[in-house]
Amino acid sequence: MLQYIDQFRNLELVEFIVNKIHQECPRQNLKFMEVCGGHTIAIFKFGIQKLIPDSIQLISGPGCPVCVTEIEFIDQSIALAHLPDVIITTFGDMVRVPGSKTSLQKERGAGIDVRICYSVMDALKIAKENPQKEVVFLGIGFETTAPTVATAVKTASDQSMRNFSVLSAHKTMPNAMQALLDSGEIGLNGFICPGHVSVITGIHIYDFIAEKYRIPCVISGFEPLDILETILMLIRLVNDGISKVENQYTRSVKENGNPKAREIMLEVFEESDSHWRGLGIIPGSGLQIKNKYRDFDTRYKFKITREPAIEYPGCICGDILRGVKNPVDCALFSKICNPEDPKGACMVSSEGTCATWFKYRK
Amino acid sequence: MCLAIPMKVIRINGNEAIAEVGGVQYHANLTLIPDIKIGEYIIVHAGFAIERLDEEAALETLQIWQEVAEFSQRKSKLR
Repeated sequence: MLQYIDQFRNLELVEFIVNKIHQECPRQNLKFMEVCGGHTIAIFKFGIQKLIPDSIQLISGPGCPVCVTEIEFIDQSIALAHLPDVIITTFGDMVRVPGSKTSLQKERGAGIDVRICYSVMDALKIAKENPQKEVVFLGIGFETTAPTVATAVKTASDQSMRNFSVLSAHKTMPNAMQALLDSGEIGLNGFICPGHVSVITGIHIYDFIAEKYRIPCVISGFEPLDILETILMLIRLVNDGISKVENQYTRSVKENGNPKAREIMLEVFEESDSHWRGLGIIPGSGLQIKNKYRDFDTRYKFKITREPAIEYPGCICGDILRGVKNPVDCALFSKICNPEDPKGACMVSSEGTCATWFKYRK
Repeated sequence: MCLAIPMKVIRINGNEAIAEVGGVQYHANLTLIPDIKIGEYIIVHAGFAIERLDEEAALETLQIWQEVAEFSQRKSKLR
């Protein structure tokens, strides 16, 4: 077992960095936003907010892929699932997300075939085992996940498979961060940048945020020591009046990221506009399948009718994803909407802000 | 969902590694990091190795803090 994985939870070091944070924290109030669901979970699980001064507020942004997927996509998935001989394959949380009227989970009772996959390669396997069926994979996730789905599409193409396609709602981070800043709704003093997105993209995708918006960015790992060190690095940048991108997660994130993964991603996908729940349509923030691979694009293979989506009345998922409201500001929170019976996506995914608050703050 | 876990590679079969964490073995597709060797640590996301874990960098991060912590402890004892 890796000694140093445990070491990133070393109590003495954690205590030492917490003390440094208290010593160096400026008088002004600071607001740092994390845009990765993994960070949201880690911050709550390890009680990071309680370790640091009250003047530093940690807020969650649109970093949970399930949460930012628009309701229309869920509705389309359900419509596809009801077509004859279609198998829907997906990462786990998606089946429980409520669409306008129902969820994939609830429709299972009506006889649809929905299968949960750990990896997109499981979906390819299902397609091979069921040559008479059409297998649709729900492609969600950021830069971390998109190269894996691109690999599956390329494999299907190389093997001339005819019954596998991807309904892509893949999204990319930088333009969403820019849209948040352009909205002017939240006064941020720093970004805790997503670790595993950066593993793929490298560290320079955030340069424009530091340069143009003058907001320091630190790429962070996921252990308590990582997140506390990131907070300390942000405090030091604020104190020194320096706005730049720093990398705390050096053991995983290389300056240039993973070029091979980006090459495969850009072989299959191209930039497109994308609809984010709570943020609306953000130009250039999505990934659609290139024309070259259209035989593996569910939108090309099937005629999908578009109907206006209906949000659950009173759900404030959108405001929460933009970091302007907290789950406790929602009248539905924990009473009508809870992990047993979620009304909004933020309560479904384990890394959704509402689900995390429900689990750790109640 | 961008969760990714460091695991140790114990076997490689073509394009796939068998990797272990906490006594549990997983399969990891190696398309995105092709030149992996047995004994190295990989970061696994949704069934794919997405990067090699840099052990030296990990130890360096820890060592810097360890040294700073020890130094400041010695300093406070001297006071």
